[in-house]
Amino acid sequence: MNSQERLVYMANQIARNVATQPEPQAIVAVADHIKAFWDPRMKAMILAAPEGLTPVARAAVERLRTVQ
Amino acid sequence: MTYSRQADFGTPEAHSDKAVTLTVDGRPVTVPAGTTVMRAAAEIGTAIPKLCATDSLKQFGSCRLCLVEIDGARGTPASCTTPVAEGMVVHTQTPRLQKLRKGVMELYISDHPLDCLTCAANGDCELQDQAGAVGLRDVRYGKEGATHLGQAKDQSNPYFDFDPSKCIVCSRCVRACDEVQGTLALTIEGRGFGSKVSAGLASDDFLGSECVSCGACVQACPTATLSEKSLIEIGTPERAVVTTCAYCGVGCTFRAEMRGEQLVRMVPWKDGKANRGHSCVKGRFAWGYATHKERITRPMIRASIDQPWREVSWDEAFAHAASELKRIQAKYGRRSVGGITSSRCTNEETFLVQKLIRAGFGNNNVDTCARVCHSPTGYGLKTTFGTSAGTQDFDSVMQADVILVIGANPTDGHPVFASRMKRRLRPKNGQPGARLIVVDPRRTDLVRSPHIEAAHHLPLRPGTNVAVLTAMAHTIVTEGLADEAFVRERCDWDEYQEWAEFVSRPENSPETLAAVTLVDPAELRGAARLYATGGNAAIYYGLGVTEHSQGSSTVMAIANLAMATGNIGRPGVGVNPLRGQNNVQGACDMGSFPHELSGYRHVSDPDARALFEADWGVAIDPEPGLRIPNMLDAAVDGAFKALYVQGEDILQSDPNTSHVAAGLAAMECVIVQDLFLNETANYAHIFLPGSTFLEKDGTFTNAERRIQPVRKVMEPLNGHADWEVTQLLARALGLDWNYRHPSEVMDEIARLTPSFAGVSFARLDELGSIQWPANDKAPDGTPVMHIDGFVRGKGKFVVTDYVPTDEKTGPRYPLLLTTGRILSHYNVGAQTRRTANTAWHPEDRLEIHPVDAEDRGLKDGDWVRLASRAGETSLRALVTDRVAPGVVYTTFHHPQTQANVVTTDYSDWATNCPEYKVTAVQVSPSNGPSHWQEDYEALSERARRIETAEAAE
Repeated sequence: MNSQERLVYMANQIARNVATQPEPQAIVAVADHIKAFWDPRMKAMILAAPEGLTPVARAAVERLRTVQ
Repeated sequence: MTYSRQADFGTPEAHSDKAVTLTVDGRPVTVPAGTTVMRAAAEIGTAIPKLCATDSLKQFGSCRLCLVEIDGARGTPASCTTPVAEGMVVHTQTPRLQKLRKGVMELYISDHPLDCLTCAANGDCELQDQAGAVGLRDVRYGKEGATHLGQAKDQSNPYFDFDPSKCIVCSRCVRACDEVQGTLALTIEGRGFGSKVSAGLASDDFLGSECVSCGACVQACPTATLSEKSLIEIGTPERAVVTTCAYCGVGCTFRAEMRGEQLVRMVPWKDGKANRGHSCVKGRFAWGYATHKERITRPMIRASIDQPWREVSWDEAFAHAASELKRIQAKYGRRSVGGITSSRCTNEETFLVQKLIRAGFGNNNVDTCARVCHSPTGYGLKTTFGTSAGTQDFDSVMQADVILVIGANPTDGHPVFASRMKRRLRPKNGQPGARLIVVDPRRTDLVRSPHIEAAHHLPLRPGTNVAVLTAMAHTIVTEGLADEAFVRERCDWDEYQEWAEFVSRPENSPETLAAVTLVDPAELRGAARLYATGGNAAIYYGLGVTEHSQGSSTVMAIANLAMATGNIGRPGVGVNPLRGQNNVQGACDMGSFPHELSGYRHVSDPDARALFEADWGVAIDPEPGLRIPNMLDAAVDGAFKALYVQGEDILQSDPNTSHVAAGLAAMECVIVQDLFLNETANYAHIFLPGSTFLEKDGTFTNAERRIQPVRKVMEPLNGHADWEVTQLLARALGLDWNYRHPSEVMDEIARLTPSFAGVSFARLDELGSIQWPANDKAPDGTPVMHIDGFVRGKGKFVVTDYVPTDEKTGPRYPLLLTTGRILSHYNVGAQTRRTANTAWHPEDRLEIHPVDAEDRGLKDGDWVRLASRAGETSLRALVTDRVAPGVVYTTFHHPQTQANVVTTDYSDWATNCPEYKVTAVQVSPSNGPSHWQEDYEALSERARRIETAEAAE
């Protein structure tokens, strides 16, 4: 796994772990988590190349783009 | 200060609300009901002669020396077994008593060698003291009759000798092993004149027996029968300094007994609130690493890791480090450098390293080894309760009725606390002990040990903690066992209902989940019922909970269970993480995580940042920094170029060794500060020698949030305590730091951290220790948290859905490897491998079930190849049914094995804590070391060369 693939994996893994929440809340939870725990370069990398993200993780990354 | 033993009151303290007043030798004394006459006398400074009594053990009444006379009572009762009564009039010294005692003593001495002048206990021997106290002047019996003199010594234990010739058969050692340690390794063999202390069968010596070398027997021995080898070699100590052990998260306090700057022995401090006078083989004995010949005491640098090290002056080392860090930041950017704080160093040292990074490097790229052990505890307990720490003190366990141990092996990992737990689990005075539930893939020692048997052992498949806890919650909720009144009062009711609805679903029943957990549903339901209804129920957990891809979820699932059953907020209950390293709790508290300032305040919080910015006079980056695994990824990408590592060996301790090695190799400047050239130092460019806990002042914070003093007893061999090294590096980088003593650092911590507001070295000296939060509301600290409500307000239930790990077994890797540790070694073994503890565990072994071994044609002791998708290594097999079929287990104490070559990059979803506990592997016969091991050994040898200066002509 290279770093980009690992970030996609991590975002999807967060999404899987909050999947019992209704989708809108799950999206916020994933976005908040990334915002709180990822360093700026990691955030920039996932924003630049969100390919491979599951729908909730993808929406979370999009949310991150708009709230940043 | 001159040396004296700690006061001994003869019998344990009694606890009662009722006070009793009596007179001893004409002096009145008031004590709690149930106190013995011996102890009451000791309270007013009257030392009744005694040999078989000591206050760490139940009274025994065998030596007949402590006789007293009591007005109105017949004969001369033993003061150690006679409880006080109101109005009692006691005489401790009368002609009759004197005569009796002298007679008893004469008999003892008639069978004791009279080599006092050359005896190791000379001047520190209770037998000698009592002979003096009773006025024994001669022995009339002669030497002709049978004696016990001239017996062979048992010197098998590397730390203490057993000399049976000096034994008076007081049974203190046997009782200490039973009552204090709970191993029951010792016994009195034979009867009458033939009575003899034995470590099991006649064929057993101490080393070969079940003895765990905790030292309780040595401490209890009133003569020189059991003596530390160091005492025999050096002589008696001349002063004692109370300090805190630097091994595990129990945080035992010891008296470092010194002669000059030489440590004679470490003796557990009876007033220590974490250990209550007990110790284990590591803290008590395994401190020889501090002066080991491999310790590096001079700074060294090199341009690249294929070169030998060159010894330089401190000035040159700091100037070089500062210039490299500046060069790299100028070339690659402010965020291209970072550091790792040490969970082995003091709070003050840790605080300074994170300050150096945030204020000096100008970023938040700071992390700590808690990342790879208890970061999910921080996340999970903060989310649910509002504080990133355990809820109880250790004393709390004595009030527990049900003890649930999950993913922890306290008898090996936290032995001194385990002894306390076992004391609560054993029946006492006709009362049953607490009932025990163990959730662990292995049958750990706790599951069945003398006088202890778990009510339920759930041997789950590794990686299914969340499923097991959800199934327990299912049982509790659907069978109506939840404490809804507690939940309504203390927790968010809507969140509880959502959680209760989730866990109640049929797919979360023990029967359905048995397919993944492999746990018998009836047994699981029984465990859940016991936890919910058995009285005070306390959960203790360790790295078997956190080091999983769902580590944080498991911590939250544990918190859910405690809240749903009302088992939080009073003594005897709670959620108790057993912390790995001595100062993991402290390192986390001190702001070692890249997203948090000290006291767990997020770096994006402008108010928290403003506080630090005003104090430090610099801007703090509002963005979180890199966690250790992220640093390594960024290094491989070429974006992260320099790392300052204080007291951690990431190459050996972190998962997927080849990835760690690649990350380190990609950096331009790795600065390692350590006692030894550790494995990480093989990739370092600058080596700054570190100091041991004996060489500095500071504080450690244990698993109960207890801040305890660490006191300097000798000068640092390397010339500087670690905090001074960090300060000198900071100064070389242009920071104007002028701390003169760690107490000034603690003052800064207290100033900037609300939960530490009431902490200072002066307060610690006064109280001995303080459990945070300590502030105006709780000036003496907080033993039990969340008493009237949760720190966050309402307790938060979090739905924790079981998500299987992506690390899957299959035809190529059909077994699950889980890792752990062993009593005699500590973490990567850098310290314990450099002590005689290697007598017990000279190598890492692979535990494998007989069925799996037979399938592969393996016998006990065979070399095996252990391979995963990440890498392979080889080690010798240990065939045992302690592990279930399909599961194998090993430790990671030895760099020759490098178990982490095999572990993978998978990690906890919330914190990136590595999934050490689940790796799909294959095991096959092998001839010896793998290619990795051979290559690494060659690299290691090359990387550790130190250039020798040309001899002067």
